[in-house]
Amino acid sequence: MNALKFSLISIGIGLLVLAFAHWLGLDYFYFAGYTILQFIVLATAWNILGGYCGYVNFGTAAFFALGAYSSVFMYKFYPLPIPVLILISAVVSGIVGFGMGYLTLRLRGSFFAIATLAMAVVLQTLVINWDYVGGSRGAYILRPEKMEIAGLTINYIEYLFVLMLILAVVALATARTIERSQLGFGFATIRDDEMAAEACGVPTLRLKLIATTLSGAFMGMAGAPFPYYIGYIQPQSAFGLEYAVNSIAMPMIGGTTSWIGPLVGSILLGSAQQYATVTISSAVNLLIVGLMLVAFVIIAPNGLIGLVQKRLRRGPP
Amino acid sequence: MTALLHVDNISKRFGGFVALDGIDLEVQPGERLGLIGPNGSGKSTLVNCICGTLQNESGSVRFDDQVMDGLAAHQRTHRGIARSFQLPRPFHSMNLADNLRIPLLYTVHARLGPLRSPGDLDTRCGELLEMVGLEKKAKQMPRDLTQVEMRKLELARAMAAEPKLLIADESMAGLSHSEIEDILTLLVRLNERGITIILIEHIMTAVMSFSQRLAVLVSGRKIADGKPEDVVRDEQVVRAYIGQ
Repeated sequence: MNALKFSLISIGIGLLVLAFAHWLGLDYFYFAGYTILQFIVLATAWNILGGYCGYVNFGTAAFFALGAYSSVFMYKFYPLPIPVLILISAVVSGIVGFGMGYLTLRLRGSFFAIATLAMAVVLQTLVINWDYVGGSRGAYILRPEKMEIAGLTINYIEYLFVLMLILAVVALATARTIERSQLGFGFATIRDDEMAAEACGVPTLRLKLIATTLSGAFMGMAGAPFPYYIGYIQPQSAFGLEYAVNSIAMPMIGGTTSWIGPLVGSILLGSAQQYATVTISSAVNLLIVGLMLVAFVIIAPNGLIGLVQKRLRRGPP
Repeated sequence: MTALLHVDNISKRFGGFVALDGIDLEVQPGERLGLIGPNGSGKSTLVNCICGTLQNESGSVRFDDQVMDGLAAHQRTHRGIARSFQLPRPFHSMNLADNLRIPLLYTVHARLGPLRSPGDLDTRCGELLEMVGLEKKAKQMPRDLTQVEMRKLELARAMAAEPKLLIADESMAGLSHSEIEDILTLLVRLNERGITIILIEHIMTAVMSFSQRLAVLVSGRKIADGKPEDVVRDEQVVRAYIGQ
């Protein structure tokens, strides 16, 4: 299946989801769906660096928050439509991703993970002390109730949902294209053995920078509409630990070597969290993530995709 | 005739330990050079400095009339230096054919431009696997291979980059007699195709039958360089290996 066909099918599925949501006519569905879609984008972005290249990034929250705060900054400075904000956030987070990649070149494994976590703390401290975007007080974003697109008036939350749906499709299509390209093969050699990769002529440094930039850019894009979604943003919520933990746990549960892994993981874990938030309490979220992560590390270390592939390879009993 | 590889007075230290101390080495095009020395004498460090995995602190490496100093390992591979590793380092998540695809995609393409279609790539992977006798295992994963097959894969992957110089770093350690013969035949065949080979090895019968010239490293210094039969009789070499 080529990239065009895949994009068309994904868009088709996206439209079906949208039609279903519209038919349901439930604002709550948009609220919950937005969060799950946002995690699809974050998990897919994380997987480009973490799954394909094997570099575990604990700083997802930092890139996400960068995207969100770029929007807040523009909202105060010169309000622009959200699609433009998404592009701006992509550039800002992409540049920071590039910088992070460049500064952590020599770090591998847990040292790289610690460096990314440290970067998140530094950025959070900066934002807390930056009064223009609200500092530790936080910032309010007033969003309109309705939105008019092409003569159609829809609820604003539906508009945000559609934007995130498009982002998710773009992120998945990008990840899938990378996986099957020369770039994807190069990423896999970095994950397997960097020294052997260099000996085969793979420019590992350049590929790592491409991965950190792309991954950062997509995380930023996921964060850009967030202030409009939540209405009030503060550093503690934008830099929340749950973004870092979820975007690692979701690909791990789904399987990190394929674009399907983060998708499956986000839908499963995201839905379970939404369900728990409504029925039990929102504090149960991280408990669910923790338990599922432990269970999967024991039962299926290569995620659900790995489990299925293993069954297929073994053949029917 | 100008040398293909020209190592000029290179030194490398790790902290206070001098691993290479002013090494000079020339390798002519099409030559088969054996490089021997006791454990810890700096053979692998020299290879790493030639291939760009490590950067030498002084001296310089010239290859094919180009200065290699400061170039990263992948750039040197692009210019025609290929190596196999002492301990095989296959890409574990890829099957054998895909392992060979990497140098084709990243080195041969970089050198010639993307001339090859996916079909050509498959054919070339098949040819390379056939060369080392692994064509039936193209779809298998490296973990399913035996030691000798792993060494062959390592050589095939180095060859996939279409190098001018191949450095085989202990590609026979731990193999049985017949397996060593296998690898030797393979190396000689490659050499007959015009590829210059540096063989680093401990197994003396193999080195002696393969090399046209022998260089000996001891404690980071080159103590002998010449015809194999002369070198093994050299007093210093005998002392380094057997002791006084």
